[in-house]
Amino acid sequence: MKINVNGKAEETAPCSLLDFIHQKGLSPEGIVVEHNHNIVKRKTWQDIQLQENDNLELLSFVGGG
Amino acid sequence: MVEDKLSIGNYTFTNRLFTGTGKFASKSLIPEMLNACGSQMITVALRRVDFASKTENILDYIPKEVTLLPNTSGARNEHEAVRIARIAREAGCGDLIKIEVITDMKYLLPDNHATLLATEILAKEGFTVLPYVSPDLPLARRLEEAGAAAVMPLGAPIGSNRGLETKAMIEILIENCQIPIIVDAGIGKPSQASAAMEMGADAVLVNTAISSAEDPVTMGRAFSLAVEAGRMAYLAKMREETKTAVASSPLTGFLS
Repeated sequence: MKINVNGKAEETAPCSLLDFIHQKGLSPEGIVVEHNHNIVKRKTWQDIQLQENDNLELLSFVGGG
Repeated sequence: MVEDKLSIGNYTFTNRLFTGTGKFASKSLIPEMLNACGSQMITVALRRVDFASKTENILDYIPKEVTLLPNTSGARNEHEAVRIARIAREAGCGDLIKIEVITDMKYLLPDNHATLLATEILAKEGFTVLPYVSPDLPLARRLEEAGAAAVMPLGAPIGSNRGLETKAMIEILIENCQIPIIVDAGIGKPSQASAAMEMGADAVLVNTAISSAEDPVTMGRAFSLAVEAGRMAYLAKMREETKTAVASSPLTGFLS
């Protein structure tokens, strides 16, 4: 199925948000997620099943002044 | 002397140099710099994860006792600033937020109007809001009314190292605002940070001048000493300048 990740279309098999983050090789601690424009708490990631055309923003803290 | 504390919302600081995490050649310099200068609050930014490059988590380099000040850099209007602030809070960074709304890419000057709108929204949501603005008294008063915890006027454009070009306007804020005034952006040298503190700024925020120095750790220490010296001078109350000399030795002739 197709989902939108950080503004780009991606193909992925149906899975939970947490699984997707692991597939991306990301460690959950360092990132924040917006799922369909809602900020979703880390502890709910395993319960969120990604759907066709879902929109994900995966964000992390970087250096800045 | 009574311990000189700075309160911003519910946060208290004994060190008046705030720092930033941008533009360090190596992130491992950040904890060393913090250790050298004793800064108790440091800024971070929020961005989309870049899958192409395995970026390290900047938070791993900031000691737990140092307060995080996420900024809303990248926001081009109040809506984006509000969105970034909410995300930062959700990330567990606490409720502090430096609002930075920039539409001018040449001078990176803040959009004061959008910043006020974002401040109004976020203060109502319980954030401790530190708006980064061009120094303007009527605006600072509106920010204060809107619930800002401090005002962060710029000394000069971000990263320009030009110093206190807006000195006279910042001075007006210092004299007339009840909330802390933190000079942010443009400070290039410790002497400029010292000058800001001498005139009564409550704190300064320095990023580029420290992180882009050849030796950021030593530069951090230099800024810390300058900020402390400037603050002490302010508290000790300097005498005004005079046009003519005021003798410091007796004016009688040596032998007469």
